[in-house]
Amino acid sequence: MLHLILFLFFGTICVAGAINLLAQSHPIDSALSLIVVMASLAAEYLLLGAEFVAAVQVIVYAGAIMVLFVITIMLLNAGKEERTKGSRVAILLGVPGVVIGAVLVAWTLLFRANTSAVTLGALPGGPQEIARLLFHQFLLPFEITSVLILIAIMGAVVLASRPDAVAKRHHTDTPKAMPELVGAGKEH
Amino acid sequence: MGIAAFLIISIIKSVAVIGVLLTAVAYSVWLERKVSAHIQNRWGPTRVGPFGLLQPLADGAKFIFKEDLTQPHVHKPLYIAAPMIAMVFAITSISVVPFGNSIYIPETHVGHLFTIPEIDTPLEITDLNIGLLLILGVTSMGVYGVALAGWASNNKYSLLGGLRASAQMISYEVSLGLSLIPVLIKSGSFSLRSIVESQAHLHWNFFYFPFGTVAFFTYLISAYAETNRTPFDLPEAESELVAGYHTEYSAMKFAMFFMAEYANMVTVACLATLLFFGGWLGPVFGHGLLSMFLPIIWFCLKVFFFMFLYVWVRWTLPRFRYDQLMAFGWKVLLPLAVANIVVTSLYVALTS
Repeated sequence: MLHLILFLFFGTICVAGAINLLAQSHPIDSALSLIVVMASLAAEYLLLGAEFVAAVQVIVYAGAIMVLFVITIMLLNAGKEERTKGSRVAILLGVPGVVIGAVLVAWTLLFRANTSAVTLGALPGGPQEIARLLFHQFLLPFEITSVLILIAIMGAVVLASRPDAVAKRHHTDTPKAMPELVGAGKEH
Repeated sequence: MGIAAFLIISIIKSVAVIGVLLTAVAYSVWLERKVSAHIQNRWGPTRVGPFGLLQPLADGAKFIFKEDLTQPHVHKPLYIAAPMIAMVFAITSISVVPFGNSIYIPETHVGHLFTIPEIDTPLEITDLNIGLLLILGVTSMGVYGVALAGWASNNKYSLLGGLRASAQMISYEVSLGLSLIPVLIKSGSFSLRSIVESQAHLHWNFFYFPFGTVAFFTYLISAYAETNRTPFDLPEAESELVAGYHTEYSAMKFAMFFMAEYANMVTVACLATLLFFGGWLGPVFGHGLLSMFLPIIWFCLKVFFFMFLYVWVRWTLPRFRYDQLMAFGWKVLLPLAVANIVVTSLYVALTS
């Protein structure tokens, strides 16, 4: 009973956060709503008995990835977005469309597919079981994901590096790491 | 023990631990002022109470009565919420820190009025089986207090300080987490109580040469950078950025940032003793209440040593420049931590 109440509580927070993310006009408010969504997802994982995944969700998603989102929004000084007129048609068609889609998916999952409620502890939750699954059964997807992340890192490094012509004009001892954060003192 | 007794005892433990933590935070300020003064060949606070011991009380009273300015063009919700966020996540980590074995008090009769039932409770607020991950998660979330404070202050210096601080914190979080993995490999559990119990009989992880020692020093350096303490405190450097992300804060809000920083230091000191120095393990003699309280005393002595080390390092070393700091974190500490993990797991796999 308490389990159901907690599940509904965190589920409501999650959905409310997601709707708030779309409804806010300032990007920083949207980013904070996304943090709320991530944290409530972590609580949902905890309710399923996957405590390791919940902790990693908080550490990685809410605690590192969202921090980078927030840092980017702050650095780019993004202001409130402008409202345009064309969105009314989208709301008139979009909201009923989303509701119909959600009802269809829920009906299929509840009455058509052969799914049943999960009991606490039915799925592997501890670090040992997850490690065994990750490094024995799902080793290939794991390695491919790390190659994917490596490609993304290389792309980010290439995109963020300064073009050579600009770099040669500065002093040779200009720090390369985040020059806009180090200060303008060295460029005189 | 019934549910009511469990609830009451948990509340008593929580109140006691929070009271001790907040007092420790206040007196770590006193410790810092005294130790820094003696390092610099002067006295420090001596007037308020013997040895200046009541100075934190005077400081607290000052913060309460100070005028609480709110600048006109700040982003009000985040300006007010940022110190609260910093404080909440700084204090939460103490809930999984065990500081002793357990307390056993047999049934006592108070005259003919009522009986206090027997109490047998472990000395911690709770012992999660992912306790270490909780502390790492809470440390990651603490970055938001800094970043949002810098942005909400509507001040270029604060913004730069806040962004620098949060970038530094997320960089050193990686090597912090990775440096703790050899400890986990040796202990086999995330629960802090099991990690301490695996260090019995002076098999402290610090003496687990060379993996534990390297892990300890990597952890300590990453933790100093994570809590924005010298030599990594460029984000709060007075000469460069006025006061960094807490420039625009006054009175109680500034006090909350201050307390959050020292509470983070206490958390790091507690983790260092639990993971590397055997926690509450030490010579225990006597029986009854004495043998129950001696482990707590050993734990407090070790945590005090780490707080002293924090202050000692702060007033001895000059600070890093920001690019040196980031280069050190990513190019030296991270490879070192990863190499330590690889070598430790190789050693453990080959010898067991």
